Amino acid sequence: MIDLSIEKKLKVYQGKQVLKISHQFDPGSITKVYGPSGAGKTTLLKIIAGLVSPEKGKIVVDNKTWLDTGNKINLPPQKRMPGFVFQDYALFPNMTVRDHLQYATTDVDWIKRLLFLGKLDTLTDHKPIHLSGGQQQRLAILRALAIKPKLVLMDEPFSALDSDMKTELIADLKLIFKELGATVLIVSHNPQELEGLADGELYIP
Amino acid sequence: MDLSPIWLTLKLAAITTSLLFIAGLPIAGWLSKGRSFFKTIVEAIITMPLVLPPSVLGFYLLLAFSPQHGLGKWLQGTFDTQFVFSFKGLVLASFIYSMPFMTGPIKSALQQLPVSLTQASYTLGKTQWQTFKSVLVPNIKPSLLTAIVLTFAHTLGEFGVVLMIGGNIPGVTRVASIAVYDSVERMDYAAANAYSLILFGITFVMVISVFVFNKYQAKSPLE
Repeated sequence: MIDLSIEKKLKVYQGKQVLKISHQFDPGSITKVYGPSGAGKTTLLKIIAGLVSPEKGKIVVDNKTWLDTGNKINLPPQKRMPGFVFQDYALFPNMTVRDHLQYATTDVDWIKRLLFLGKLDTLTDHKPIHLSGGQQQRLAILRALAIKPKLVLMDEPFSALDSDMKTELIADLKLIFKELGATVLIVSHNPQELEGLADGELYIP
Repeated sequence: MDLSPIWLTLKLAAITTSLLFIAGLPIAGWLSKGRSFFKTIVEAIITMPLVLPPSVLGFYLLLAFSPQHGLGKWLQGTFDTQFVFSFKGLVLASFIYSMPFMTGPIKSALQQLPVSLTQASYTLGKTQWQTFKSVLVPNIKPSLLTAIVLTFAHTLGEFGVVLMIGGNIPGVTRVASIAVYDSVERMDYAAANAYSLILFGITFVMVISVFVFNKYQAKSPLE
């Protein structure tokens, strides 16, 4: 169970707006996060990950307090360790596909399985610059899953995938999420994209 | 021709560059993050040798490390060591004088890396040091090379600051740039020309190597 209540001032063109959210995410749930551009969807994911600090708020994950501004508790991302898929992929230019996964985990069998899942098992020695946009995005997803996270935060994770690849990957991801018992938040602009995957939604106005 | 000034210069440049690489990398990493007033002051102090006349820096180092005064007197009394008119003094002066050439390119390169690279590494459970070592530093290799070569080449060409703190002691502090000046003073233009040509050749090859290496690393947006 993730219990979240945060307040964060956002810098927007000509003024400021406040991102204010209170929500509970059931364990193992997959939630679609949607809303207009600039509403604060990415900021919400980064606050949960510990990469951005809100002015006010409390985040409790499985009875453990990750953030409580009142009591000055704010766990660093290294202690939260969410599986985070960045919108710009954030791949490491110096590392090959295999290096990315080995940087995240030493579990060789899990790496093999992920490479097969993402259809990158024939490209293990390629660096990001030599991968297509879709392959880069899949690598970003695999790297996030490599640490076997209990919480997965995905920021527009399927935007560069063709529809066949997307359908196949989503089906596989659903199984992996279930196996990991992970709670998942997915930011998406495409309402149809997550049909059959998400079981809840959070609208950010 | 006495080649000892050339060897001494190369030794000074190698030691200074190695020390600055070890110290400059973490300093540049620290400067690249955040924008506190304290950091601005520290950065300004590091950058001063770029704009300050070398003789001014040399003069203050001479005062600071003179065995008759404060710090120099203490070092002499406590550790029986003297920086003025010694090779150690040249290393110290070069370290301070060339520091902006090491920290500047590294700091700029680190600031240009997307912040999401650091964030991604943190979410994988990696510490600041692991992230710096495995993600940030390997992705600024061209700038590291530029910083190393600039520092080395700049140390080769030092004159005012090393003359002030080191003087002109053959085999100890008489580096190539001072040997050129000394040869001209003695009207020995052949020796001055030989030293100058060797310095010119070394620095030209180094600078060309950096340009060639970085040309293959970088791609113009106009291509």
